[in-house]
Amino acid sequence: MENNFYHTPGRYSGIFGWIFSTDHKRIGLLYLGSIFTFFLCGMLLGLAMRLELIAPGRQFVSAQTYNALFTVHGVIMIFLFIIPGIPATLGNFMLPLQIGAQDVAFPRLNLMSWWFYLFGAVVVLTSLFTGGGPPDTGWTFYVPYSVRTGTNVSLAVFGVFLLGISSTLTGLNFITTIHRLRAPGMTWFRMPLFTWSLYATAWVQLLATPIIAITLLLLMVERSFSIGFFDPAKGGDPILFEHLFWIYSHPAVYIMILPAMGAITDIIPVFSRRIIFGYKAIAFSSIAIALLGYLVWGHHMFTSGMSDFSRMIFSLLTFLVAVPSGIKVFNWVASMYKGSIQLDSPMLFTLSFIFLFSIGGLTGLLQGALATNVHVHGTYFIVAHFHYVMFGGTVFAFFAALHYWYPKMFGRLMNEKLARIYWLILFTGFNILYFPMFILGWQGMPRRYYDYLPNYHTGHLISTIGSWILATGVLLMFFNFFRSLSRGEKAGDNPWNGATLEWQTTSPPPTENFESTPEVTKGPYTFR
Amino acid sequence: MSDKIVQSAHFDYTGSKLGMWLFLFTEILLFGGLFLLYAVYRSLYAQDFHNAAQGLSTALGAINTIILLSSSLTMALSIVALRQGRIKYSIVLQTITILFGLAFLVNKYFEWSGHIHEGIYPNSPELLSRSHGEILFYGLYYVMTGLHGIHVVIGMAVIAVVLSFTARGTVSSESFNKLENAGLYWHLVDIIWIYLFPLFYLIT
Ligand code: HEM
Ligand SMILES: [Cu+2]
Repeated sequence: MENNFYHTPGRYSGIFGWIFSTDHKRIGLLYLGSIFTFFLCGMLLGLAMRLELIAPGRQFVSAQTYNALFTVHGVIMIFLFIIPGIPATLGNFMLPLQIGAQDVAFPRLNLMSWWFYLFGAVVVLTSLFTGGGPPDTGWTFYVPYSVRTGTNVSLAVFGVFLLGISSTLTGLNFITTIHRLRAPGMTWFRMPLFTWSLYATAWVQLLATPIIAITLLLLMVERSFSIGFFDPAKGGDPILFEHLFWIYSHPAVYIMILPAMGAITDIIPVFSRRIIFGYKAIAFSSIAIALLGYLVWGHHMFTSGMSDFSRMIFSLLTFLVAVPSGIKVFNWVASMYKGSIQLDSPMLFTLSFIFLFSIGGLTGLLQGALATNVHVHGTYFIVAHFHYVMFGGTVFAFFAALHYWYPKMFGRLMNEKLARIYWLILFTGFNILYFPMFILGWQGMPRRYYDYLPNYHTGHLISTIGSWILATGVLLMFFNFFRSLSRGEKAGDNPWNGATLEWQTTSPPPTENFESTPEVTKGPYTFR
Repeated sequence: MSDKIVQSAHFDYTGSKLGMWLFLFTEILLFGGLFLLYAVYRSLYAQDFHNAAQGLSTALGAINTIILLSSSLTMALSIVALRQGRIKYSIVLQTITILFGLAFLVNKYFEWSGHIHEGIYPNSPELLSRSHGEILFYGLYYVMTGLHGIHVVIGMAVIAVVLSFTARGTVSSESFNKLENAGLYWHLVDIIWIYLFPLFYLIT
């Protein structure tokens, strides 16, 4: 029998060999399975909303149901899918491999994080079917409505609190792992840039998540004891809730995007056969993004009530964050310059990431400017913007990384021909779905409404058709993913000729990752 | 497994400490949110906060401060004792630490029930009849000391677990890392109180 972690007998067998395993690779795959499930749930809710919006007037859901739909869609996509997203799945799997370690620093804590995640997810899902019904506040849980509504906000918020613990512990684990468990010769500047991005992300997870934890706790306390922290009638200030919420939730967008950028940075050199351009600039820009990311939360509140002076400061700082992101984009493009580019599926997704993320990022700047912000705030422009960043950015990068590391995880290749077909479907579907939203938003279509004026009809109709195309692509991808598990072509150890450390061991790796502790003598992208 | 792989062959003491300190950071940030609220509302309602603070008993607060400080001492001593191999002595000191924690909670219980008896608790008619700043002061008082109280309970539970490990010999003069980490946690709980005490009882 081959020596890989699927076959090594552990303490438990069968399903228990997975859900009680402390092997980072198994935990990574547990997360992957969970995350796929929630992504599909979230997508179904998204499709339902799009269907409702296919024509003006009520189609098939009531206003209240629509409120629940966008709330639950947002909560699932943000807290259950994209925040654990890349770090917990591919990060868990690849981080120890990339630095030549046997596992993460605290394997049992790692397992516990997954259990927290699962438990939190179950609580969130329970909140949909019990009590006053699914929350209808939007994923931001703004007071005072979230305190007053009769829907099951407390339970949902408690679930998110548990998910926060999971995320914090993962961050803690990764930081310690990177500091303590690098193989001999794996200096900081020989680390793959995916690992660098996980490092920056882990700090954000560690230092921002407690703020959302306390904010959500306060919300629960408010709902149960009506203390009045956010209630003007008792001297409280609702705006303070928004501040606390965004002090976490803006950095959280970097929890979402940094690992995605890291994966992209690892893929580009492999498929251009060139060393990465500006290694240190990319590494430090991850750190810079993480740091600056703490200082810009106010840009979500330009219209909520703030002094002009603070608005100007927040706007300025927001423009500054664009600098390190821009550095990355330029470095990626420069790395491809004069390379011998191979357009395999991971690279196709990577290139579309760069394109879509740039659109998302640049439209973000538009909202960072005070004057335009007032115009587009609370419109579909925002909906388009964050789907371009999160879906076009993070999720496309996630897909790229899945195709890239698939052979590492499963020892087989995904069907390449099919992959190219659904890549095209996904890319077109995505733009048909979301691009019209920019226009709708610019024309004034507000977000979070189940109905609209007839003059917005065309845009919404196109968008809904796009959602069907996109969903087809997603389903084809999942089909390919699961079919290739048994039918995929055998990949060999290193099908893409990657130079980073995870490719230097067998695919799939043995339980202890490397036959013997690797000695690192060169940088991560030296192909010759 | 081959012995060539060094990382897991022996226990990483520094790594374990690093992890613990990172965890403490997150706890500080958790309370940080509340300190932020305190700062904002204190600056908004300085006079009300001043008036409200008169209602708290400095004596009770001071007693609790002394209790917690002493418990930190016994905690630290128990680690020294363990490292010197005086297991029994360490066990006694750990037990005393837990008892101090208990004493703190009992004291807190009486303090809280005193206020509740006077009709001062969140959303009570008596409290609502007072000024905005006083409502918020007592809101913060209950939430911050409450969350701190929960941490005291968790700390006691953690020490109790380590205590049983010490009795069974898994925590010993060779392997004292768990006790040290429990100690770090206990000191954190202590330090947070050191900030709560002046904020609610001393500065008026
Ligand atoms: C799979 C296809 C998807 C479709 C069809 C879809 C569609 C939609 C629609 C129609 C809205 C509501 C607009 C409104 O009425 O305001 C929405 C909101 C949202 N979506 Fe998606 N979406 C998809 C994927 C995603 C992904 C991948 C993410 C994040 C990773 C995401 C995150 C969000 C968030 C955070 C909101 C805001 C919820 C709120 O307003 O509270 N969506 N989406
Ligand atoms: Cu932001």
